[in-house]
Parts: sequence; C-alpha cells; structure tokens
Amino acid sequence: MTRDRALTVENLTVGYHERMVIDGLDLAIPPGKITAIVGANACGKSTLLRSMSRLLSPRGGQVLLDGKAVHRMPAKELARQLGLLPQSPIAPEGITVADLVGRGRHPHQRILSRWTSADNEAVADALTVTDTVELADRPVDELSGGQRQRVWIAMALAQRTDVLLLDEPTTFLDVSHQVEVLDLLTDLNTARGTTIVMVLHDLNLAARYSDHLIALGEGALHAAGTPSEVLTPALVEAVFGLASQVIVDPVSGTPLMVPKGRHHSGRSAAPRPDVPISHLAER
Amino acid sequence: MSIVRTRPHESAESSPHRAGELTPLRTPDLRAAVTTVTSARTARLRRRRIVIAVLAALVVALFATSLMVGRTFYPPADVLAVIAGHDVPGASFTVGTLRLPRACVAVLTGACFGLGGVTFQTMLRNPLASPDVIGITSGAGAAAAVAIVFFSLGGFAVSVVAVLAGVAVAMAVYLLAYRGGVAGTRLVLVGIGVAAMLNSVTYYALDKAPQWELQEAMRWLSGSLNGASWKDALPLALAMVVLGPLLLAQVRNLGALQLGDDTAAALGVRTERTRIVAILAAVGLITFATAAAGPIAFVAFLSGPIAARIVGPRGSMLIPAALVGSLLVLVADLAAQFAFGTKFPVGVVTGVLGAPYLVYLIIRTNRTGGVL
Repeated sequence: MTRDRALTVENLTVGYHERMVIDGLDLAIPPGKITAIVGANACGKSTLLRSMSRLLSPRGGQVLLDGKAVHRMPAKELARQLGLLPQSPIAPEGITVADLVGRGRHPHQRILSRWTSADNEAVADALTVTDTVELADRPVDELSGGQRQRVWIAMALAQRTDVLLLDEPTTFLDVSHQVEVLDLLTDLNTARGTTIVMVLHDLNLAARYSDHLIALGEGALHAAGTPSEVLTPALVEAVFGLASQVIVDPVSGTPLMVPKGRHHSGRSAAPRPDVPISHLAER
Repeated sequence: MSIVRTRPHESAESSPHRAGELTPLRTPDLRAAVTTVTSARTARLRRRRIVIAVLAALVVALFATSLMVGRTFYPPADVLAVIAGHDVPGASFTVGTLRLPRACVAVLTGACFGLGGVTFQTMLRNPLASPDVIGITSGAGAAAAVAIVFFSLGGFAVSVVAVLAGVAVAMAVYLLAYRGGVAGTRLVLVGIGVAAMLNSVTYYALDKAPQWELQEAMRWLSGSLNGASWKDALPLALAMVVLGPLLLAQVRNLGALQLGDDTAAALGVRTERTRIVAILAAVGLITFATAAAGPIAFVAFLSGPIAARIVGPRGSMLIPAALVGSLLVLVADLAAQFAFGTKFPVGVVTGVLGAPYLVYLIIRTNRTGGVL
C-alpha cells in the first residue's frame, strides 16, 4: 500500500509573463482518493497540475505536500513521493518498453549507482499492473495509442510514488481505451491507495471515475466536492456557458451531463423551421 | 503489494467488461515478469557491450597501424620499443616525435568531437544541431586564426581564445534563437548563418596571413593533423580528463531529459542545471579539440548518428559516439595521407564523408517535419 499524503494548495498564484493564469487558489486534495479536475480550455487546469509538481514556480502562495512546500523540497525526494505524467511526453526513437519504464526509476538512483534487483522488480510490477509485460521488448513507437498510454503510466508507476498526477491521460485515445486507462487508474487506487489527481476533458467520465471533482474556471475554483454535488446544470452553465440537463448515469449511478445546444432539443429532433434543409445542403 | 488486472480466461469465463467495475484480482505472476524484464535488460546491455568492445578494439588497431605505416614501415616490435622509451635509430624520431603525437591527437580530437556532438544532438533532439553545423567550431576556428595571424599568439593562449570564442558563440546562437524557449530548427538555422559569418572571418584572416604561416593557418578552415605535436595533445588530454567525467556523470539525467522537459522534471531532474553543465562540458571538449587540430569537418556531426545506427536504442550514446569519433579521425587521417597521390588535410576527407549526410538529413527533415 502507498502512504496517504496530504496535498494542499494555499493561495496559489501562477502566471506567464503579465497574465495570471491562476489567482489566489486554495484547494485540498483528499488523500487516497481519485480527484478529477475539469474546466473549459485554457482555464488553468494544466497550469495547476504543473505547479503542484513544481514544473512551474508560483508567483505567490504555495503547494504543500504533508505540510512541506514542494518548491523547497530536494528534487529527487519530491519525485519519490509525487509523480506526474505530462500531456505529451516524448519517447526517444526506437526505445523499448522495458527501457522506457526503467527510466521511471530515476529518482531512486544516484549518479553512479548500479541498477538493482529492486529496480527490476519495480519495473516488472509496473508492467504487470498495466498489462504490458508481453510488450517489454517492443519499441514504443510501434505500439498503438492505448498500449503506449499504458506504457507511460507504467513508467510513472515504476517511480513508486504515493501521489500520481496525470495531465489528460485519455487525450488522443478512442473511447474504449479511455475507459481502459481510467479502469486501470481505479484499480491502482483501490488496490494500493495511490492518491490520483487527473485533468480530464470529458465531464461524464470525470464524474464517473472520481471521488472528488474540482471545477475550475478562469483560474479560480468554481466548485469542489463529490461528483453529485459538483456536476449540476448551474455549474455547467457557469463554467462552460452551456445549457444542459444532468441525469443519473444508468451504469454507474453517477451524474451524467447531457448538453442541450441549439438543435435536437425536442424529442423529434426537428430541424429549425426557418431554414430548409435543402438550403443548408447547397452550401 | 502488487495488483494485477486480470484478463478473463478466454475459455472459462467471458464476463462482459463493465466500465467502472473492478476487474477481479489474480495472484500476480510477478516472478515471471521480473525474469522477462531482467533478461530484456541483460540482452540489451550485452549487445551494447559487444559493440563498444569492438569499436574500442578497432580504435586500438588503427592507432597501432598509424604508428607503423608511413614513408618507412616500422614493425610492431620497433614501435613498442620506442613507446617503452628505448632508442631505436630512425624509429625514435619518426614514431616517437612525428607519428605518436599525431595518432594521440587524432584519437583525442575524435573523441572530443564525438562526445560534444552527440551531447548537442541528443539534448536538442535534432541531428542537425551539431556544434559544427551551428557555428561553434567555426567560432573557435575563426578566433584561433585571428589570434595567430593578427596577435601572433601560439600554444596554450590559442586554446584559451578558441574556448572562450566557442562558449561565446554558443551563447550568442542560443540567445538569437531564443523566443520563449528554443526550438531545434530555429537554433539550427540561426547557427548555420552564424557559422557562415564566422567562416568568412577565417577567410579574411587567411588572406592577411604571411606566406610562411599560410600552411599553419589553413588548419583553421578544414582541420588538419599535419605537424601535430605533444604541445597539441596535452591540453586535449587535460580537457578529456576533466570534462569527460563531468559529462558522463550526466548520463542518467540526459536519459531522462530525452523524455521531454516536463517528464524529466517530474522524475526529479534539475533540467536547467543538467542542460547548462552538459552544454558547457560539450562546448569545452569541442573547442579544445578545435584549438588542437582545427574544426575537423563533420566529425561531431557524424559520430552520434553512426553510433546510434550501430548500437541501436540501447542506452546512452556518449561512449559509443566518442569511439566512433576517434575511428573517423584515424581512418580519415590515414586515407588523407596515403590513399591519394597527394596528402590532404584530414578535414577534407571527413568533409567529403559528411556533406552528403548533411544533405540527406536536410532532405529528410523537409519531408517529415516540413519545418525547414
């Protein structure tokens, strides 16, 4: 089992140049749970994740891990407790799966230390968990999108951290692979108690797969709580500017957001009466 | 401790996979996975060690050959006697004073160029971003030519000037290409422009050089081992002893940096510090080599990609590239001296080898990246 770590954000302000992307944000990530962060494009989701793993330095405020400011912790010590899978990591040409996953051991190694059996075990375990043992010898660039994402998650797992942050782990994946990746993260959380924080685009998958849902808008906190508390038509309107209806997901019992849009609002899905379809087709 | 996602046994059960539901846990077959991982790693490393051993053996063999052959052939016994410090008539001067320092400078410059080149290429993730393409060797060469022709400097002073100029050019190219981050392609284009400017400085210096210094100053255009002496080899050896380990200590950090800056930082790498240490060490190696033998064309540019082809994706390219660099310079120098009717500077031969590869890479970048 992994240890529960308290990850909190205090009055965090982060910006690029003159623009403040996040302004005075306070957050607490529940330990041992899955937290999903949602919000419109460019609302500061990735920026928040990058600041939590200290890829960005805050202009003000701080991020605390067990009460210690992450920006003042030694780099490798932090990397043994908190891992991050960025949105588009780069696989060097021709690198094999086992080699790539092995690079996740970096924070546990010193400059000239030898590769140990503990390293081998951590890599083997990460491959087993992600169901990629058979791919160990294959070059990463020959894998399918879903396989590749599982391999990257394996690399983050080989790092053996108690907290794992993931920046849009399901982007570029088709829907079955999205579900596969999220199932894997749920397994990991249930069996090991790993605290997971992920940025997700899909509101409904976020609601289904998270214990705690955080909605950001314009760099500020809109709502945080259980998915049923957070995902309401009012919130969707406020964060995304979209009219919607929220029903109960028949599979999981979690809230399911159904967007309204300008069309298809009646049961019969009639086209707008004032524009004949034939006219649209000609354009 | 570990969990396993079980795939339902194909025959036994075929429970419909429902999203959100936990797949049943199976006793993990971790030991088998450890065996797979361990043997994959062993196989990868074995292949790598064999290639490195073969390359090292080839370097030794060519080093020995270049001591034996020449206008007069000396058998291995004579060569060994000279190296052991015995006085062998004829051989003592030819081998001890002419061939031995030349061969040492060849091995060392090759290794320096190889290490420096592959460091840049890996860090910028672009084979075109080699120090001899982006103007660093041109800068060191131009500074050395100016120092010799206009300021009558010599020896160690020339090395210092070349090193400083190389570092200055590296910084200038970086700053000129900087726009909220450095993209590989922009850096390469800026570097090619800077290299062209600096080469014209070298031409100007050569034009003003007195006849008797022309031969010496020609070295700064294409690189040459003619007249290489212990005076050239010593600073090189020193640079290698100091900067080589400094660079090799960064191997793991550089390996993580290959996965992208964000991933590396998440793995606990101080990305900026790693980059600065690696760039300074690489520029140091390149410029010391340039000060000793001139900008031997394309050795820095070719070594890394050749090493990568031979070794495959099996760990760091630093040592293989250093060995390939040494081999390239040794072979090219032997060819330059003996393969043609007249003797050429070594850089002419490496230039002939490197130019087609440069063209090939640019064409390939054009097809795939479409950025240039």
